[in-house]
Amino acid sequence: MSKIHVTTTVNGDEVEYLCDPRETLLDCLRDRVGMMGVKEGCGTGDCGACSVTVDGRLVCSCLMLGAEAEGKEIGTIEGMADGDQLHPLQQKFIEHAALQCGICTPGILVAAEALLKKNPDPTETELRYWLAGNLCRCTGYDKIIRAVMDAAADMREAS
Amino acid sequence: MALDGSKPQFKLLGTRPNRPDGLDKVTGRARYGADLNAPGQLHGAILRSPHAHARIVSIDASKALALKGVKAVVTRADFATGLTGDDWNMQENCMAGEKALYDGHAVAAVAATTPLLAKDAAKLIEVEYEILPHVTDVDEAMKEGAPVIRDGAADYSVPDGLHPNVVRYYENGKGDLEAGFAEADLIVERSFKTEAAHQGYIEPHACLAQLGTDGQGELWCCTQGHWFVRQMCTAALGIETSQLKVTPSEIGGGFGGKTTVFIDPVALALSRKAGGTPVKLVMSRSEVLRATGPTASASMDIKMGMTKDGRITAASGVFRMQGGAFPGAPVDVTTDLAFANYRIENVHHVGYDVMTNRPKQAAYRAPGAPMAAFACESVVDEMATKLGIDPLDIRLKNGVVEGDRSTYGPKVKKVGLIETLEAAKAHPNYAAPLGPNQGRGVASGYWMNWGGDTSASVAIGEDGAVAVTVGTPDIGGSRASMALMAAETFGIPYENVRVHIADTASLGINEPTHGSRATFASGLAVIQSAKECIQKMCVRAAEKWDIDPDAVTWEDGFAKPSGPNAGDFEPLSIAEIAGEMSDTGGPIAGHFEANPGKFGGSFGTHVVDVEVDPETGRTTILRYLVVQDAGKAIHPSYVEGQFQGGAVQGIGWALNEEYVYGPDGRLQNPIFLDYRVPVASDLPMIDTVIVEVPNPGHPYGVRGVGETGITPPLPAIANAVAAATGVRFTELPLSPPKVLAGIKAAKHA
Ligand code: FES
Ligand code: FES
Repeated sequence: MSKIHVTTTVNGDEVEYLCDPRETLLDCLRDRVGMMGVKEGCGTGDCGACSVTVDGRLVCSCLMLGAEAEGKEIGTIEGMADGDQLHPLQQKFIEHAALQCGICTPGILVAAEALLKKNPDPTETELRYWLAGNLCRCTGYDKIIRAVMDAAADMREAS
Repeated sequence: MALDGSKPQFKLLGTRPNRPDGLDKVTGRARYGADLNAPGQLHGAILRSPHAHARIVSIDASKALALKGVKAVVTRADFATGLTGDDWNMQENCMAGEKALYDGHAVAAVAATTPLLAKDAAKLIEVEYEILPHVTDVDEAMKEGAPVIRDGAADYSVPDGLHPNVVRYYENGKGDLEAGFAEADLIVERSFKTEAAHQGYIEPHACLAQLGTDGQGELWCCTQGHWFVRQMCTAALGIETSQLKVTPSEIGGGFGGKTTVFIDPVALALSRKAGGTPVKLVMSRSEVLRATGPTASASMDIKMGMTKDGRITAASGVFRMQGGAFPGAPVDVTTDLAFANYRIENVHHVGYDVMTNRPKQAAYRAPGAPMAAFACESVVDEMATKLGIDPLDIRLKNGVVEGDRSTYGPKVKKVGLIETLEAAKAHPNYAAPLGPNQGRGVASGYWMNWGGDTSASVAIGEDGAVAVTVGTPDIGGSRASMALMAAETFGIPYENVRVHIADTASLGINEPTHGSRATFASGLAVIQSAKECIQKMCVRAAEKWDIDPDAVTWEDGFAKPSGPNAGDFEPLSIAEIAGEMSDTGGPIAGHFEANPGKFGGSFGTHVVDVEVDPETGRTTILRYLVVQDAGKAIHPSYVEGQFQGGAVQGIGWALNEEYVYGPDGRLQNPIFLDYRVPVASDLPMIDTVIVEVPNPGHPYGVRGVGETGITPPLPAIANAVAAATGVRFTELPLSPPKVLAGIKAAKHA
């Protein structure tokens, strides 16, 4: 079967890959680019573990084809920290024990960052609805919500 | 607490340091089951039965094998023969033999050079089925004339005259039931049903397997217990345990569902057939829901008697549970724990383990306990309401304390039920005002916890840093608790300890992270191993000082001369002793191999406020309080996390989650869109109170906290909905259509 050649940008770096037309962006990021921080929990757009940004927009990478990434700017969890400097959200997730198994964590961090970029001062309700597409089976969300609210407060203070 | 009642002073236990694996997990570096690849690996795919019950007449894989890049196809013929008991059940569940027993049952598997090719090839495998009548409901499966899933599956416990689908019978009781009910002023009798719920871990099962024709293999997989995986895989394939090395990846949730195997033996069989090439196999979500173990579902009859002043005089229960197409529904646990919160003289319970055409049930957090709690705690609540007694008071009056005879037999050890009830009563949530259509529910629950086979080792590095090696995979921060307990024992900083989860070749056998045992049993193993290291270091110091080893004490990371020699020598730090160890006798390490039996059960009490929309029947959780006895909270954040996670899983089971089978016997909701687990916007914050009634059987008092938390939510929520609507619901989940119909029926009654 003939493959499609894709040139795209992932976390600021240009990458190229060949993919089957049926492969999802999630498959391509994991298997062809090596971004294993992007997780598959469902493959049907219901769990948010595969959350990435495409040209700044939050998407489920399992619902997009790899071929559609041509010329786009993709952001994944691997690009969130600035070198050895963790993003405040990452730091607060560790401090608040906002993860147990951690499989949902990359997707939730990417989703939360996307929210704070649009709305640096969300209410708890706004945050809960924004994250409603990201399932976490371990934590009951309590500590996740607290970590994001705390990070948002720190980021507002810093800016 | 020490014998004089004073609280022991800990330097580190009870603090909240960052977990050692935190950085890897917030940066995406942590490697889970599907994140491992091997050079030259093949990809596996499994063909599953679309039928609930069908005889496999023939399997023809020639079209699949004709595809370029397809390297192997396996069926049951590629597995070991002659297995019996649990091994046979496990093997049959991983790959069907003569019959497909449920929708989603594996019938063949293929390995190919890419995942897409493997999936395409699986579709080309032709299976001829002879469709058989099926049954998926527990009550239907027990009726005369119901399709027989497998004749001869019943064990010796089943009385004559029951349907062959009843495979185990369990009975337990004491006292005089009739006299007990005669004493009662109020008797309530009700029947209850709960549907199967799935553990819903976000990480699907995944593995990377390699097995050579020489019978030697390696397996990387996400599991709660890799020694269990090793035993099961080697049994299924007919090789010796020592020939397979199993290494656990990071694990993306398990909740009991990853204490067994589904795909690992299949991947190994594919690898063996493909000449030893590694095979990666990852389940899709729908495979997880169709073919891995949900809970048992239950149908239960409860009868309880109570005096006017709220004393329980008698209780009886019948528990019919289906655990899929295999024996194994946790009838004993359900039955034993049903009334375990209470001091009752006259009790009788009976349990039936029933087979249906559904996937083989697997453990799910406190397996068997939540269903029983739902039934029993609903009846207790109804009685309290009828007698006008506060629901916490009725539990304070009847709740078990140390020395009572439990409803299921043994004497009650030191437990913290009363303490949780008192803490719940004192919490502001219990006094919060309620509005129209709102109601408050209370329930308590229990899990006995577990010890189990445990090995660990602790080794001192050349610089005095400590490497801890345990065999219980870290699902929710246990490496942090192990490091805290080791550091506390040595009297060194938390940061100087690193905890590793070993593969099966590096320690003696370990049971999985299950039964709420990791912090208790592996923790105890780490503490004892650390103590052995300390003892050895004291000997090294004594030899250096030329004094009696008994005259050396260990304090805050230093060996110190004591007794008549006190102050004679400069204390030696762990780093100093370690730096010289090669010259003073060689490596210093401690080990532990045993199955610690002095585990202590954990009680919890939950208080929930709900609002039920009378127009739609939708229930909203307004406030939620978890109070639970941890014994000792080593890392309180992760203890709270267990409380909160357990409560929310219970909320899902109570309100939304259920396995829905169509008349065709197929699972109707095998994706997360339709199998709806709670999301962030469904919930408020989950308030927690950690009660600490130390377990005398653990050096630091640990009980284990993972499982109790899912037991009270089912009844607590049902009780709150009853308070809000005036209608007593007896079937879960309390989905909006069911609640709305109940409200309407009550209005017209
Ligand atoms: S894997 Fe994409 S939403 Fe679940
Ligand atoms: S931490 Fe396990 S799913 Fe969120």
